[in-house]
This record gives sequence, structure tokens and C-alpha cells, in this order.
Amino acid sequence: MRATVALAGNPNSGKTTLFNELTGARQHVGNYPGVTVEKKEGTYTGKDFQLHVVDLPGTYSLTAYSLEEVVARDFLVNEKPEVVVNIVDASNLERNLYLAVQFLEMGIPVCIALNMIDVAKKRGIEIHADKLSSLLGVPVTPTVARNGKGKRELMEHAAQIIQGKKEFLPLKISYGGDVDRALMDMENEIQANSFLIDTYPARWIALKYMENDEQILDKGKKTNPELAAGLEEMVKKVSRHLQETLDTYPEAMIADQRYGYIKSILKQGVIYQKYDQNRLYSSDKIDKVLTNRFLGPIFMLAVIAGLYHLVFTYSEVPVGWAERLFGWLGHGVSALLPDGLLKSLLVSGVIDGVGGVLGFVPLIMFMFFGIAILEDSGYLARVAFMLDRIFRIFGLHGSSVMAFIVSGGIAGGCAVPGVMATRTLRSPRERLATLLTVPFMNCGAKLPVFALLIAAFFAKYEAMIMFMITIGAWAGALLVAKLLRVTVIKGASTPFVMELPPYRMPTFKGLAIHTWERTWQYIKKAGTVILGFSIILWAMMTFPSLPDSTLQKFEIQRHALLNAVPPAIVHQLESNTVETELSREAQNLKKQIARLDLKEAEAQLRNSVAGRIGSALEKVSRWAGFDWRTNIALIGGFAAKEVVVSTLGTAYSLGEADSEKSRSLSETLANDPNWSPLVALGLIVFTIFYSPCFVSVVCISRESGSWKWGAFAVAFNTLLAFGLAVLIFQIGSALGA
Amino acid sequence: MRINLRKMHDNQLGTIAAIKVTGNLGRRIREMGLVPGTEIKIQGRAPLYDPVALRVRGATITLRNNEADYIEVEVTE
Repeated sequence: MRATVALAGNPNSGKTTLFNELTGARQHVGNYPGVTVEKKEGTYTGKDFQLHVVDLPGTYSLTAYSLEEVVARDFLVNEKPEVVVNIVDASNLERNLYLAVQFLEMGIPVCIALNMIDVAKKRGIEIHADKLSSLLGVPVTPTVARNGKGKRELMEHAAQIIQGKKEFLPLKISYGGDVDRALMDMENEIQANSFLIDTYPARWIALKYMENDEQILDKGKKTNPELAAGLEEMVKKVSRHLQETLDTYPEAMIADQRYGYIKSILKQGVIYQKYDQNRLYSSDKIDKVLTNRFLGPIFMLAVIAGLYHLVFTYSEVPVGWAERLFGWLGHGVSALLPDGLLKSLLVSGVIDGVGGVLGFVPLIMFMFFGIAILEDSGYLARVAFMLDRIFRIFGLHGSSVMAFIVSGGIAGGCAVPGVMATRTLRSPRERLATLLTVPFMNCGAKLPVFALLIAAFFAKYEAMIMFMITIGAWAGALLVAKLLRVTVIKGASTPFVMELPPYRMPTFKGLAIHTWERTWQYIKKAGTVILGFSIILWAMMTFPSLPDSTLQKFEIQRHALLNAVPPAIVHQLESNTVETELSREAQNLKKQIARLDLKEAEAQLRNSVAGRIGSALEKVSRWAGFDWRTNIALIGGFAAKEVVVSTLGTAYSLGEADSEKSRSLSETLANDPNWSPLVALGLIVFTIFYSPCFVSVVCISRESGSWKWGAFAVAFNTLLAFGLAVLIFQIGSALGA
Repeated sequence: MRINLRKMHDNQLGTIAAIKVTGNLGRRIREMGLVPGTEIKIQGRAPLYDPVALRVRGATITLRNNEADYIEVEVTE
């Protein structure tokens, strides 16, 4: 037997915990076709049977209100799982049964897991599962997902449903005389015309028409436009009548009656409450402090600072290991292979590229771990609650803040985990606006660029400039978010209405699975694409190589240098090991040769595709005061922002600048007539706003579900950055700065 | 006395009298358990006085003030 069990339930009902408990490590995370909603699958092994378990997205209802709901409903209808296990929070029974009733109305085979029965008991809520089971006509099993209690019985019940012949007839609830009569008429019409009934029960279709369900209305119009119009007319009639007589709408009436039905069931001896429902529990007492007008924001700042510290400070060590590993690998390959294209490809293209991706892995793991703690404990919902008022002004959501912080809202983050952190946002438009604007934050890789320019031109005002850069990035990001929300991502804000779940201690197992599966997804998907990009960028900066005549010229000069000194000195240089001290002449020769090598590297870079693009762009970039060297460096910055500094180094014949050489680079820039504080300021602003690095672009494309948005980020951000840089340079020049 | 949910003060009790909105927002409000006849209690407000947190059927639900505007509540005082 290899039947499918779908897990369904409200968010915060412990659905994911139960899924982890049932499937253990044997799970697979993917996406539902065509959308970015996560699809988790796994296998449950019982005594003598195995079940394929699918974790549906958490929903409160089966309307077509959110992507999650549409996905869950489509799965139930199209994939027809043999049984649905509906996880219900026992401490919140009334509200959770609202979804259960909708499954029953659909007439699909369902059994109920009465989860968190321990929490309910602690709150003085006593539930008679047998009674509930007989009233609803489906098996009800008390469970505690956190420790796996009741999971065996639950799955036995599921297996019985799969094997058994029990028929699940759609539940019929009375929605009041007017609605009932109309539903009956509609049902007859639907049956008579065989309208959509191969997929849905007839009464359910009528109900969805009554609820104005967009998805069903659309399908109806396509299948049988005439009948669809007729049904819509019938709904309008009832709707008018209800508004005139009761001042209500059919969909409101239906919701009222569903709750009425639930209440009537619970009243028949299913539930006993020892205390008042609105009694304050320890969770509410914690909230009195943590969302307090004064203490709340202070605590939140501390938590954010803590998260930041966890992600960026503690990950330093493993990030260092990864860097060392790839550095070592690069050196190893360099030593083994002869100089040439293959070596350059392997070292600069493949190892640096893959290293670049895997170097982020510890960072991403720490970030997801930190966010998983905040999410699973329930604190993230409080952060959204407290900050929503501010972020809403810019068309964002309270939950957006985490993504901004992780991306470098406090300078030194990283946009890659930041973009991925937007997964906690459930409102699609706000989420898109967030993930398109987080790359403006000052990630750790932009800092060396700022450091270089500040050291060269604004050494006296270092702290102030850094502060301005941070403020500028935030202001830019929020204003652009607002701009996007009134133009390309326009639309009313998604309703904020959400639940503040009680605080819960996260389980380590849950955190570990959460962290690992997301990290693994990043490695798997980003890894392949990024390797490709990395090789393309390498090729752009390598090809075409210098023409033979130019190479020869360098060779001749090198010979000239060697011939100008006595052979003994050349010999001394060639046989030199680290231990022996060179004579002054030999040191001199070494320096001259090195300088010549750097000149050749500069010529090579200028001659490459990237160099030619940089030179060609000079005509335009002059508007902002950037010369071809800056252009190439910025192209290189698309690989990773810190590459801007090393590429500038090569372009100025200084070699790849490390910290020691970066000092000489900043001196070079300070003395170069092409540069001025104004150009530097323009470049700082350009660096804040221009195209995200390609790792981020890949992540943006994946998280938004379309390459279109990745391309948008590259084009829009670069144009915006260039516009700002030109503005600074032109106005500044006009003012004579 | 019937007042707007926005006008309720912290810790005030009331019973939902009407929800005057359809579409996504209306549906969302209802599926979170807010239907006429439901008892609610204002649990508190965010530091900037918006959104508002309610106690409903033993759970805490938050909504923005401009969403609360559609909800009319019967209060005793």
C-alpha cells in the first residue's frame, strides 16, 4: 500500500512539528508547480504499511484568498489524497474546526488530530474526543506532536480510512432559509448540466458561487458561460434579498452559520472549560512586557542585535574555515597545474565561484537558525505587530524588518540570506517589494569599497560618512519600496489580520530540520546556476587575451630588464628561496619585473570583453565622473561587491589589492587627476544602489518565482544608481566642489 | 451601545454586532473567528497605537486600525 496522506491545518496548529515527527529525516522539500509555496513530502512507516505524507501549507480556510489556500485546495482536488489528516489545535478548538467543517463539506475522507491536547489540559479545557468523533462522523485522535504522543493511533486511523469502505458524504449545514433554498436550486441546475461535478461535489460548487470564490467563478465561466451567468444571477438575487432584510451578505451568512454549527456541536458535551476563555495565560503575561509601549521596542532592538551578532559574528569561524579550504584548494591547483587558461579557469572561475557560493553557507545556516528560533517561538509575529505601522507607510509589512536587518540594515549583513528571509512574509506584494529593496542595504562586501574611498578622500569624517551611508541606504530602500508599490507592484495592502500564537519553546529537532532543509535548497539550486555565472564572468575578464604583438612587446621589455643587469643577479633571483636574502640589485630587478607583470595584467584586463565594455561605457559614465577603470571594477562587482576593490587594483597596475596594497590604492586614487571627493561620493552612492551581486540576483529570481524580477533588479537598480551618481557629480561640479 | 472597534479602549469587553466588509478582507476577518455574536476583549495596542490585538475565542488576533473600522461592537458602558 502506498497511499498519500495530506496534512492540513491552521498555521500554528503544530502541523509541521507533526510532519517532522511522522517522517523523521526522510523528507523532501520542493515547490508546488509554478509557485514558490514550499511543498514538503516524506514517508511514514507504520507496523505493516508505508504512507506517503504531504504537508499542505497552513491555512485558516479553503477559500481562494491566498496562494497557500489555492495550493492546498488544488492539491486536494487534483491529487485526491486517499486521506486528509486535519491537525486541530485543541486549545483553540472552536476556531480550528472552521477549517475541519470545510473539509467535511467537500466530502473528502478526513480524520482529525486533536493536537496540543496537553496545552489544552493545562488551560483547564477538557475535550471528549469520542463525543466529537461521533458528532462529526470522522475519527478524532488526541495527539501531542512535540513528543509524538498519539501519532501511531492517528496513522492507524488514517490507514483504516484508506482500506475501509466508509463513505464520506459531503456535510450539509443549514445556512438559513434564503440561502438554503437558493443552494438547492443551484445544486439542481449544476447536477442537471453536469457542471464541474467530475471535480467537485455539486452543493460545494453552489456554496463557492455563494461565497464569490474567484477560482470557481473563473472555472465556471470557461466551462459553461451560460449556466455560470445564471448561477451568478441567482447569487445576486439572494444577496440583494439578504441585504434588504438582514443587512448582511451571503458569504457573511455562511461564515456565521458555520461557526453556529461548530458551537452547536461543542455544546453537546464535547468541551468543558474550567476557566473563562479570555483568562490571561503566562504567554499573555509575557506579552504584557514584550509588546509594552516602552519595553517592547527596547527588547526588540536587543533581539535584533542578538540575531545580528549570532549570524555575523559566530559564523565568522566556519566562514573562515570555508575560505581557508577554498584558498588551500586554489593554491593546490595552482601549484599542480602549469600556468595557462585551464589553471585560470579552475582557480578563478570554478574554485572562486563555488567557494563564493559555499562561503555563504555558514552565514545562511546561522541566519535560518536564528530566524527559526524567532519564528517557532512566536516572537516574529510580535515584531511584525510592533513595526507594522512604520513599514506600512512604505507599502511593506511589519515582518519585512528581519529581511532588511539581515541584508545589512546594520552595516555588514548580506543580501543573500536577507532575500531568503522574506519567506516569513505571507503577503505576496509586500514580500516582492521587500525582496527587491533589501539589496540596497550595506552588505559586508560593500564595506571594503566604502573603506577604500573614505580612506582616500574623507579620512577625517569616517564615522559620519559611514553613518550617512547607512541612513542613505535605509531611506533609499524604503522610498523605492514605496515607489514600487505604487507602480509595478501596485495593489491594496494584503489584510494584516493575523494571529499572535502563544509563545512556545522551539524544539531542537524542529529548528535543525528547518535550518538544514533551507540551507540545502540554497546549496543545491544556487550552486549550479552560480557556477555557470561565475565562469561567464571569468571569461569576460579573461578573453580575448592580448594579441601576440603586445605580448611580445612585454616579453621584449622583460628581456631588456634581465639583460640590463649582470647574469649573476638574474641567477640569484631565479634560484631564490624564501630563506636567502636578495642583494639590492636583485631586489630592484624583482620589483621592476613585478611592475611590468602588473602593467601586462592591466593591459590584459583593458583588452578583455569586460575591459572593452568598460571603455565603451566611459562615454556615458563620464556623466558621473567614472573612468574605464571604475567601470570594469563595477562590472567585476557584479560577481561580488568586494571584487570592486581588487579589480580597481588590477586596473591601476597595483595587482589584486590586499589590505596592505589597498593603502597604496587609496593613495593612488587620491592623487589621480581623474578622481575627486565628488567622484568618490558618487561612487559610494552608486555602490549602495546598483545591481545586486549575481548570487543575490539568482536568489531574487528564485524567491520571486521569475527571472523577470531578477532582471528587473539588475536593470532598475543600476539605472537608479547611475541617475543618483550623475546627479551628485553634475550638481557638485556646477557648485564648483 | 454600539461603537466602532477602533474606539474601544484597552481591556474593554464587547460583542461583535456587525462586520461591514466583503471580499478578501471580510473573508479573512471571518475565518479568523470574528463573526457577529462573538465576544471580544481588547488585549492591547502596538507601541504606535496600531495595529490592535484582540482576545477572541481564547486566541489573540491582531488587525490594523483601518481594518478594525469595518467592525461594529456592542459594549455595555
